[in-house]
Amino acid sequence: MSGIRRRTVLGWGLGFAAGRALAQTGTTTGTTTGTTTGTTTGTTTGTTTGTATGMTTGTATGKTEPVFRPEKDASLRLLRWSGFVKSDEELWNANTKKFTEATGVPVNVEYITWEDVRPKAALAANLGTGPDIIMGWYDDPHIYPQKLVDVSDVAELLGKQLGGWYDVARTYGYSNRMKHWIAVPVGGTVECLNYRTSWMKEAGFDQFPKNPDDLLKLFRALKAKGHPGGFALGHAVGDGNNWTHWVLWTFGGKAVEKDNKTIAIAQKPSLDAIQYVQELYAQMAPGVGSWLDPNNNRAFLAGEIGLTNNGISIYYAARKDFPQVAEDINHAPFPIGPVGRPTELANFSQAFIFRYSRFPNAAKEYIRFMLSPDQAGPWVDAMNGYVTPALKQYQTLPVWTKDPKTTPFRDGIARMQHNGYAGEPGQQAAAALAEFIVLDMFADATVSGMTAKDAAARAENRLRRIYRG
Amino acid sequence: MARNGHGGWLRRGGLSLDHGPLLPTLLLLPSAVLLGGLLAFPLVLGVLLGFKDATIGSEGSFIGLENYRYLLTDPVFRITALNTALYTLVTVLFKLALGLALALILNQRFAGYRFWRSVLLLPYVVPTVLSAFAWWWILDPQFSFISWALVKVGLLGQNINFLGNAVLARGSLMVANIWRGIPFFTVGYLAGLQAIPKELHEAAAIDGASAWQIFWRITWVLLLPLTTILTIFSAIFTFTDFQLIWTITRGGPANATHLFVTLAYQRAIPGGALGEGAAIAGFTLPFLALLAWGALDALRRQE
Repeated sequence: MSGIRRRTVLGWGLGFAAGRALAQTGTTTGTTTGTTTGTTTGTTTGTTTGTATGMTTGTATGKTEPVFRPEKDASLRLLRWSGFVKSDEELWNANTKKFTEATGVPVNVEYITWEDVRPKAALAANLGTGPDIIMGWYDDPHIYPQKLVDVSDVAELLGKQLGGWYDVARTYGYSNRMKHWIAVPVGGTVECLNYRTSWMKEAGFDQFPKNPDDLLKLFRALKAKGHPGGFALGHAVGDGNNWTHWVLWTFGGKAVEKDNKTIAIAQKPSLDAIQYVQELYAQMAPGVGSWLDPNNNRAFLAGEIGLTNNGISIYYAARKDFPQVAEDINHAPFPIGPVGRPTELANFSQAFIFRYSRFPNAAKEYIRFMLSPDQAGPWVDAMNGYVTPALKQYQTLPVWTKDPKTTPFRDGIARMQHNGYAGEPGQQAAAALAEFIVLDMFADATVSGMTAKDAAARAENRLRRIYRG
Repeated sequence: MARNGHGGWLRRGGLSLDHGPLLPTLLLLPSAVLLGGLLAFPLVLGVLLGFKDATIGSEGSFIGLENYRYLLTDPVFRITALNTALYTLVTVLFKLALGLALALILNQRFAGYRFWRSVLLLPYVVPTVLSAFAWWWILDPQFSFISWALVKVGLLGQNINFLGNAVLARGSLMVANIWRGIPFFTVGYLAGLQAIPKELHEAAAIDGASAWQIFWRITWVLLLPLTTILTIFSAIFTFTDFQLIWTITRGGPANATHLFVTLAYQRAIPGGALGEGAAIAGFTLPFLALLAWGALDALRRQE
């Protein structure tokens, strides 16, 4: 070893560095691609290739005639978010198999992490190739409506058969620009306020607050008792965006006017909302400024906090691992402020078919089949309330009543406003949400200590840019 | 061996590739195509994209420097620029100092030195996403074991809010980055140290030089060229750090911890503002080019 000359060793060190550099090029040059794959860890491909063609299923319902006749030799690819509960994918795969058995159309279902669906869908839209059907989120179909198949027939048929669509579902599925349905709404992962009943009672409340002022009082009392509440103010895509939009809207604030041009965020209602949140923040558990989506779940389960906003996942995690906590948990809708009507935001998913698909009829039939009662009923039931369907008839499913703690999630879609309210769903609304404009307005005014006015002005500036032209 | 060998068989085969530009061109062609196709071409496309107002739904039109002009007025972008500069400067300095110190220690022959040398590599070997998750837990406002231990022994009344305010969040991320980057310097320096002839140290010691003098006048001077290169490479990796930030804070709270690449990603991919995202990435190019030029220059001087 001692014979090695300095330059040799230097060369070795450089080789090492160069190797690192090469290994890093994914993130160095192509920030975007390198990272997406980094986060797409949980990609599982559940393939359901039915071989039986034209078999009779033998089920009691056994509908033989498809409403939309699939093309000859059709096969489908579906890209959707991976299930929040295991039973989701199990039932979805089983229903898909039923579809294949009934129609002979094989369907390849690919599940990816929910946040990765948007970039993949955008890629498919831009390239003009990819899955036939994508189950995306929020504004996705409104970003490239001209590239999507008109699904008015499916949407109207399902609406007629199943009690109609909630208003917000129609807003998400129907394109005012195209004057037809561009997506079939599936449902939303509704959020409620999760609280510990015993601690709420200890804090002097028999019932969960119905307005923001009482909610603030509850936060105060809970903090005094050592069981503070907490809402995420970090870049928590789901939890953080959901509660901050609720509070903005419930005070009558909005990002943009109905014309989808005039920015309205720096007006009085927003400032009221910000002041309210400043008071609320003072009563919250420490550290909410850094909370991402999982933080409140584990803080709640560990008994560190007594109140937070979340989907039903905390409750089911508790039922599995902390039964005595589960016993004590209950759920309530978000309180209603000066605006006088519910103003919740929740992740909302819809299915859309790309025009490049060679089998649009098969795709329509698949969506119709999967959202019909024989399939969607057991699917929604099995998910234990994680996803609330967008069709009103599914309110009557047993899942919403067999455990009263799931009931508040049943009407979540009815309590929702669409992302981008009071403007239209579309690229601008999607960008504002993805950039956490509303969430960061509240974080600026709390975590960063800005005044309400400055925080609102900063949000307004960015929104002007997003909604320009 | 290669030189002798190839001269022989090439000439026997009737080819005269030994002279003229044909052979070097042929040999370079595959890498040129690879680098050109996979790096240069997308890079040019990316730069061009920065001059357009393209979004995910639309091609966009050419708007010249408008994206750049806007970004200079955007408070979030300004914070990001400051963050990136601070993050790179501070962490590289610490990584260099600590990496060198560790290398000096590990360069000694003590019991189990081989073991410790391999332990040292761990932060570097663990995939960044995994170590970022570990740090995320370490810095958790409710469940940080650091907070827990300090509260348990009575040094603190409550948990440390590591990521919940701008200053602490920046500092915490820097610590995580430093932890991860030290081995890069240590390994480089270890190699450099072993290449310094022992005779130099022995001669200096015989002449009565103190340990500090030996380090400062001999070791450090001989390590300088290596230092330049290690620093530049480390600066490039740090400047473009993504995974650590994205896993731990996603640029929050209130955009306090964004770096150029995380902001570019947030605006371009989930946000759909492709042109603006490309322009943010465009801002990094002059710095990266300067660093790359520095690295190449240092290499040339070594030759």
